[in-house]
Amino acid sequence: MSIWEYSNPKKFMDWTAPVVPWTFGLAALACGAGLVWGFFLTPEADKFGSTVKIIYLHVPAALMAINAWFMMLVASLIWVIRRHHVSALAARAAAPVGMVMTVIALVTGAIWGMPTWGTYWVWDPRLTSFMILFLFYLGYIALWEAIEDPDTAADLTSVLCVVGSVFAILSRYAVRFWNQGLHQGTSVPVATGGRTVSDVYFVPLVLCMVGFGLLFLALVLLRTRTEIRARRIRALTARAHRA
Amino acid sequence: MIALLRRDLALALRAGGGFGLGLAFFLIVVLLVPFGVGPDRTILQPIAPGILWVAALLAALLSLDRIFALDHEDGSLTLLATAPVPMEGVAVMKALAHWITTGLPLTLVAPLLGFFLNMAPAAYPWLLLSLALGTPALSMIGTFGAALTVGLRRGGLLLSLLVLPLYIPTLLFGAEAVRRGAEATGAQAPLMLLAAVTLGTFAALPFATATVLRINLR
Amino acid sequence: MLRATDLACARGGVPVLEGVSFSLAPGEALILRGPNGVGKTTLLRTLAGLQPPIAGSVDFAEGTGAYASHADGIKAALTVTENLAFWARIHDRPVPEAVFGAFDLSDLRDRLAGTLSAGQKRRLGLARLEVIGRAVLFLDEPTVSLDAFSVKMFARWMREVHLGQGGCAVIATHIDLGLDAPDLNLSPFVAAPDAGGGADEAFL
Repeated sequence: MSIWEYSNPKKFMDWTAPVVPWTFGLAALACGAGLVWGFFLTPEADKFGSTVKIIYLHVPAALMAINAWFMMLVASLIWVIRRHHVSALAARAAAPVGMVMTVIALVTGAIWGMPTWGTYWVWDPRLTSFMILFLFYLGYIALWEAIEDPDTAADLTSVLCVVGSVFAILSRYAVRFWNQGLHQGTSVPVATGGRTVSDVYFVPLVLCMVGFGLLFLALVLLRTRTEIRARRIRALTARAHRA
Repeated sequence: MIALLRRDLALALRAGGGFGLGLAFFLIVVLLVPFGVGPDRTILQPIAPGILWVAALLAALLSLDRIFALDHEDGSLTLLATAPVPMEGVAVMKALAHWITTGLPLTLVAPLLGFFLNMAPAAYPWLLLSLALGTPALSMIGTFGAALTVGLRRGGLLLSLLVLPLYIPTLLFGAEAVRRGAEATGAQAPLMLLAAVTLGTFAALPFATATVLRINLR
Repeated sequence: MLRATDLACARGGVPVLEGVSFSLAPGEALILRGPNGVGKTTLLRTLAGLQPPIAGSVDFAEGTGAYASHADGIKAALTVTENLAFWARIHDRPVPEAVFGAFDLSDLRDRLAGTLSAGQKRRLGLARLEVIGRAVLFLDEPTVSLDAFSVKMFARWMREVHLGQGGCAVIATHIDLGLDAPDLNLSPFVAAPDAGGGADEAFL
């Protein structure tokens, strides 16, 4: 009994069927609780006023925008190494979700930027990096859509994902070299164990991050199931034509 | 493999090879900029390095889809796959041929066009140096993109979409080197990073390109 | 010299042929027969190693095989001699002088390949096979657009030069080349509609 058995398309459909509604439910619960707590039950910050509360959308979205790409990278590598179809389809399913997260992070950032910095957009390293990430998502999705043969598409997008990851990281440091920027440091620096947000804001923020994580998971599972069904229809149609 | 490079250069230089089109495009784009932003030299001078780099990048982009498309159509690519040359070598030679027919002439012509944009005199050597160091990376990255889209009928536009984000670090370090060179604020650092990007792409991307070509020839 | 064992191959992820086995000794050729779409090209590409088989194996000495189809890598902007010289250099061999005579190209040596007729171009593509000097040839419709005289010329080259010097060949063709070679009809090997091993197998 190996963990890889669950990546068989039929097994995957079986075990995800009951998991998806629960994941959606938990995501709604965590996001709902975090957002209500964050928006209505926390004090207003001294300098920022109520605008600071957009943090509950901005930070989780930004987190998931990056993690979605990371998940796609891992899924692509699993496809390249072990040839599990579900892995490739999961990477495909995650891309639009990750792109929407990137857009949410960019838009909420712009809305927050106006009262704080007095402008919607600056070519700050973090903002620029997210814009570049958005372009990478765009290219990745476009390549999937352009290729007809699903296995060839999976292979080529996997290579693009790996090469793109290297260039995305390179771009991030290149952009930092190019412009120092206005954006504050990370809100929850995991590496140092410290945090730059005070405790009253922190707990609802963590709730929102967990909620967005669950939402991402639920959406990717749902979309992967759709991709598997689409692929199955394709396979059955092809077989019917041959018979 | 040198034979492949020589053949590609011969093909590019003969009638219908399209040599010089990229160069003409570069010339026109750069000459159009003053019509867009106005003839004021205080505006043109600071943006000249950036304009020249972006225009060089676009000119290099223009000829990318020819790198593999013709060889794919007439079957050469399939025949090369069973020939005693490694696909990685084919990838490097294709990138080199592209650089010699576009990157190198662009580099040589760029200082001349800097003149039309009132570029600061101190920037000229840095422009030449940064383009010479950076355009090979543009060709290598572009070769990878061309390999990704080789089997697609309308690959041209997709190719641009895939390749342009990958061009960001090269463009950024290249233009930054010229800008800092013009202001004499230490152009060595971006130049060294630019050289690192070029060396890194030539070390790693031939393998990715060969992998992608083999997948596309299946 | 060339052995295929229980070979199965797929086109676009769909199994087309299964259970193909044969072996060729030096000097032997095999003619592939079958209606259009039966999978002759797919089988030749699989034999040449351009695509992986979904089952079975192909054995021949590494670096001795070559695949050729009607797309034969001829550049219109290069002359006949330049085209041959390029493929010779890629394979690290000289261009044998006899090749121009054998394929009736002597008068065309300095013509641009783009100005040749379809049949002349095809002869140039076949001359390429002599130039690269590979012993195991996988030929997909080598005689398309050749006139009867040129077909005879190709058959003579195949018999006397290639096979005569101990090479072997698998040839897909619809015409009678006049070679002393067995036919392999592919129709009995067409994969069953429920054959396994395709790209979609996990989804059915």
